[in-house]
Amino acid sequence: MNAASTALSVRGLVKEYVRGKKVLDGITIDFAASGLSAVIGPSGTGKSTLLRCVNRLVEPTAGQIHFGGRDIAPLKGRALREARREIGMVFQEYNLVERLSVMENLLSGRLGYTPAFKAWLRRFPQEDIDRAFALLDQVGLGSFANQRADALSGGQRQRVGIARAVMQRPKLLLADEPTSSLDPKTSVEIMGIMRDLGREHGIPVIVNMHDVELAKRFADRIVGMSGGRIVYDGPPDGLTDDVLKTIYGGESWLAG
Amino acid sequence: MIYALGRLDFSWDRFVTGLDNGARFIGRMLPPRIAQPDSLAKGLIESLEIAILASSMGILLSLPIGLFAARNLMPVWATWPARAIIAAARSFHPVIVAIIFVKAVGFGALAGICALVVASIGFIGKLFAEAIEEISLKQVEAVRATGASFMNVILFGVLPQVFGRFIGFATYQLDSNLRNSTMVGIVGAGGIGGTLFSAFQRFDYDFVAAILLSIIAMIMAGEVLATWVRGVFLEKGKVDGE
Ligand SMILES: Nc1ncnc2c1ncn2[C@@H]1O[C@H](COP(=O)(O)OP(=O)(O)OP(=O)(O)O)[C@@H](O)[C@H]1O
Ligand SMILES: [Mg+2]
Repeated sequence: MNAASTALSVRGLVKEYVRGKKVLDGITIDFAASGLSAVIGPSGTGKSTLLRCVNRLVEPTAGQIHFGGRDIAPLKGRALREARREIGMVFQEYNLVERLSVMENLLSGRLGYTPAFKAWLRRFPQEDIDRAFALLDQVGLGSFANQRADALSGGQRQRVGIARAVMQRPKLLLADEPTSSLDPKTSVEIMGIMRDLGREHGIPVIVNMHDVELAKRFADRIVGMSGGRIVYDGPPDGLTDDVLKTIYGGESWLAG
Repeated sequence: MIYALGRLDFSWDRFVTGLDNGARFIGRMLPPRIAQPDSLAKGLIESLEIAILASSMGILLSLPIGLFAARNLMPVWATWPARAIIAAARSFHPVIVAIIFVKAVGFGALAGICALVVASIGFIGKLFAEAIEEISLKQVEAVRATGASFMNVILFGVLPQVFGRFIGFATYQLDSNLRNSTMVGIVGAGGIGGTLFSAFQRFDYDFVAAILLSIIAMIMAGEVLATWVRGVFLEKGKVDGE
């Protein structure tokens, strides 16, 4: 893959929380500058660890993470924050600031660009505020700007979570099981929003998920992980029962 | 307990005599009389000043100290000194601290202010730190993931979660400083306590009564003020803070 069309390039990524126990065992993978990739795999296989290493919420033990034309694995301080603000993240439990309004939660996506005294006074550029209202409309929460986040349902919260991440104008969107706490219908809506916003704003999206059917339905590419390694990487069609057996192990769970 | 009572030379006789003395004492306090309106007013105003200045400075200093003492956000090199400061500030009763400051900076309100600043740090610094240690780190992490600076993470990820409780602690401390500001005067650290003490020494009990009544009035006014402050901030908080 050439550099221009690659958003993220992970090289030999290793993570050990406990010395000698490799949770990520030398992950090497590229992600294109567009499209939605789903990462699937059994619980505890390191999917969250992989995503969280990319935006450095977790410190990688070894390896490189090429993003935005540089290796961001060794960055610290300001340089790290500047890399982070170009990577949006959506969380399983939404992680909204509960006591702030929906609008403030969206604007918090701009904090990487806002000096502290302006953030304190809530003086965000008009451009950011306009964009926040437009995004709220897009995720279907146009009339919720002044609601406090803790007054929203799970599905509404996740819409705010996505809008907050897109507010960053990120060059990459990470989502760690964004639908695992939601009902099936809402899950489909949330995946739809992520795919559509990703397309519209030209943001590549990487989603960790457990629901294989949902992954097949929305992803352009599936990455299967097992034991801290990548064991499948290809189109959704390629996910045969055999492949699923390699990813998840066993076969008794495969119906018919 | 019986041993303690024995040691303290507590006996029914003394208790009855005490009641008797008390009754005579109260008799001499009535009716209250404002013997020296000037020194009463001066003492009250000085107490009020001590309480307000000490509360504002104490709260301002407690914010960073409490933040640094929070073990969920700060590394050990920051929490350790901050916790040591809080522990030291809590060690002594404000009156003892006031005595030390009277020795250090001389008689007067400055000593009282210093003493109550120390008391405030010891009390709300600790409460601030505990409130911060109970916040949800998920919210903080989400703000950090946007590339926000440390200050912005505090402003958007931490402060909204603790703002309401901070206001509660701060107004409580104002209340408590108001009470203590009437006491530090007894050791010469300024305020109405000094006036009270000298009235006592002159056996000027009707003036003592007048002073005590005005202290009660001041504490009640303080209570009203504290409620008002809470109202203002928590109302505002609904929009952008709490
Ligand atoms: N902070 C941590 N400290 C120590 N070990 C951790 C930590 N976070 C995760 N682990 C371990 O790393 C392994 C991978 O965890 P991770 O959360 O990345 O898996 P996952 O694939 O996301 O699982 P799930 O599908 O259940 O979310 C697990 O064995 C887990 O116990
Ligand atoms: Mg996970």
